[in-house]
Amino acid sequence: MYTADTAAHHDHAHGAPRGIMRWLTSTNHKDIGTLYLWFSLFMFFFAGALAMLIRAELFQPGLQLFQPAVFNQLTTMHGLIMIFGAIMPSLVGFANWQVPLMIGASDMAFPRLNNWSFWLLPAAGLLLIATFFVPGGAIAGGWTMYPPLYIQGGVAYDMSILAIHILGISSIMGAINIIVTILNLRAPGMTLMKMPLFVWTWLITAFLLVAVMPVLACAITMLLTDRHFGTHFFDAAGGGDAVMFQHLFWFFGHPEVYIMILPAFGIVSTIIPTFARKPLFGYVSMVYAVASIAFLSFIVWAHHMFTTGMPVGGQLFFMYTTMLIAIPTGVKVFNWVATLWRGSITFETPMLFALAFVFLFTIGGFSGLVLSLVPVDIQLQDTYYVVAHFHYVLFSGSAMAIMGGIYYWLPKWTGHMYDETLGKIHFWLTAIAFNITFFPMHFLGLAGMPRRIPDYALQFADFNMISSLGGFLLGASQLLFLYTVIKCVRGGAPAGNKPWDGADTLEWTQTSPPPYHSFVTPPQIKLVRGRSHANAR
Amino acid sequence: MQTHAEHDVYYVPPPSIWPLVGSVALLVLASGFVMLLHKIAAGPYVMALGIGILLVMLFGWFSTVIRESLAGKYSDQVDTSFRWGMVWFIFSEVLFFAGFFGALFYARILAVPWLADAQMLWPGFTAAWPTAGPGVKTVLTPVDAWGLPALNTLILLSSGATVTWAHWGLQKGRQFQLKLGLALTIILGALFISLQIHEYGEAAFTIRDGIYGATFYMLTGFHGFHVMLGAAMLTVIFLRALAGHFTPGRHFAFEAVAWYWHFVDVIWLMLFVFVYWL
Ligand code: HEM
Ligand SMILES: [Cu+2]
Repeated sequence: MYTADTAAHHDHAHGAPRGIMRWLTSTNHKDIGTLYLWFSLFMFFFAGALAMLIRAELFQPGLQLFQPAVFNQLTTMHGLIMIFGAIMPSLVGFANWQVPLMIGASDMAFPRLNNWSFWLLPAAGLLLIATFFVPGGAIAGGWTMYPPLYIQGGVAYDMSILAIHILGISSIMGAINIIVTILNLRAPGMTLMKMPLFVWTWLITAFLLVAVMPVLACAITMLLTDRHFGTHFFDAAGGGDAVMFQHLFWFFGHPEVYIMILPAFGIVSTIIPTFARKPLFGYVSMVYAVASIAFLSFIVWAHHMFTTGMPVGGQLFFMYTTMLIAIPTGVKVFNWVATLWRGSITFETPMLFALAFVFLFTIGGFSGLVLSLVPVDIQLQDTYYVVAHFHYVLFSGSAMAIMGGIYYWLPKWTGHMYDETLGKIHFWLTAIAFNITFFPMHFLGLAGMPRRIPDYALQFADFNMISSLGGFLLGASQLLFLYTVIKCVRGGAPAGNKPWDGADTLEWTQTSPPPYHSFVTPPQIKLVRGRSHANAR
Repeated sequence: MQTHAEHDVYYVPPPSIWPLVGSVALLVLASGFVMLLHKIAAGPYVMALGIGILLVMLFGWFSTVIRESLAGKYSDQVDTSFRWGMVWFIFSEVLFFAGFFGALFYARILAVPWLADAQMLWPGFTAAWPTAGPGVKTVLTPVDAWGLPALNTLILLSSGATVTWAHWGLQKGRQFQLKLGLALTIILGALFISLQIHEYGEAAFTIRDGIYGATFYMLTGFHGFHVMLGAAMLTVIFLRALAGHFTPGRHFAFEAVAWYWHFVDVIWLMLFVFVYWL
């Protein structure tokens, strides 16, 4: 087995600096990964608190706690912060920790840039959260920022535009860093088709980020100039078109949802083989599936706009391309299930999350397929059915894969085992509460309850109350998650180098926690496809 | 050339304060801009402060990089990283412009004809390009493509040639050709900017004049801004060339800026065809 060269080389003479400067000035992928993960956890709780308020308002019909304007601020900020503050940064945190470890690199390709990508996030987060305290309150036009509402709002709208610009800079630089690391820093022997699938998913995700974040930047810049500099991009009186914003936004927005799910695919594809004690079934087809999902994500965007009155030809085109996505997605689900087939499976917490992911994400994929049908979508667009769909793919998809990944790699990152009992309790609470919260939303949507409205007709009362109760339980269960993570960081049974006997990627050849600088000299790698065995050279 | 094995130790820089300074700079800059937009008196000063911090950061960060480069810390592998990094950065810039071009094509090919078809709101509006739209009362006289814009095309294309000529000089070790080529490129870039500003002054319409004014000024404006950035970077490269920083074998900073300059060139060609000419 390969043992890392922990002796300091002259270029790596600097160990971990002490105190706050270690975090403020870091050029270490592990420290920066840790920063990303804590930041996203904080934002997860912040946006989660907003969700609790939303569910409290919707507990009963009638206006209970908030005026409609405030309610709209809550939903907008919940969505925006969850997406840009919680899910995306946590996945980048995973990339920071895992990509160099999994490919045998000493660090990210551009360590200083890496630090900048992180420290832009608190700056943007500050701007966003500060909008709650400015005259007129936070932005309330929905996370999708559609004009004309977004053009009419107050100071908060400008702050959010600039915050998103900063987030965009962070994402683009982070993505470039990840791409270059993967293309250029792989250890000798680690050919592209031998990389762990997690690394593959991040390579493709980073490509999506570099391609679509600039288009979002474009769209929000036009919002800004329409607001202040008299342009008419989204104003028909000047020959512009408000729907044009939707095209630009969703050209970013649909790839964005894959940005949030592909790395989650990668995490799940790492966890399942470990606990099924079998190599991932169909590695090559997995790579091609991810690549084709990424390609298709560029030509499906207008499925979010079926009700904007586009020509029938356009509706048909976007309907068919959207349905096509189900094919590579189906390939992935098939491969996960086939990996389990005749495996010798154990059900540790990460595995429970991964299995729940396969099951629940697939439900979300199917509701997506339902929504891709134009006549059906015209009924369901802007109802709670859509809310149900994207929470099945985003919470039980991305977020639960992230939680599974945290449990899976915490022993490696901290050197301690987490508390398995607490982990399992957290899993079951989360999985059950999630379904209580979001499954009824399918029925609400099918019955016609509109989204983003603080009040509703009486016939929706029962399901909403169930959903709110589930929501509160879901929120409370996450406190257990926080407790379990902190407990593990502070101590616990020693993890050893490789607590999971079925794991076979490169990070498990390192100590737990890995040395501050791992793989200072790249390991020589002898590989079985997708499974790395590092050998001493 | 590397004397070690192909995969040498990859240089990982020590902790650095500059990224944090950069984040503070952007936060201050953004806050100042918001204040400016909402007519709070301190706005411009806060913005200026932000820009100041940003400049300090850029200076500090790039000096460190240059120092490391001169100290020979960057192996061939690091060099390759820089190359990939620049390629992907330019790729993201291409998509930034693609977004604005997308808006131009969408408005011209789809939105304006649709507006003319729907006669309910503005009866009598007919689709034509350029247009300021049915609700903005301006008669648009576009800039004649074969006047200044054509001249500017010539200037920018020549500057692309001079920077390549400078590169040849650098590769063959002719330092004088390098310096002259760079100087010419910068002068041509400055000339382009001046003519562009002149054209803005002469133009018979503003950014407020409907979708034509909006797309025209946004596209040419962002392009002009990128030319200025490119010229600033070329100036740094020129100063570094004077200081003798570049060798025929190792001069990635020069190449990166040259790539960027060519990118700006290509965008201009697209602008010339789709904004000015057709
Ligand atoms: C089989 C794959 C999928 C299909 C066919 C699909 C289809 C759709 C369709 C047609 C809509 C528009 C519904 C409407 O507004 O009327 C939609 C909305 C949405 N989808 Fe999906 N989807 C899929 C996977 C995903 C994934 C993986 C994610 C994220 C991880 C996701 C996130 C979202 C979000 C956030 C929205 C709502 C956006 C909004 O209006 O706020 N979808 N999906
Ligand atoms: Cu979509």
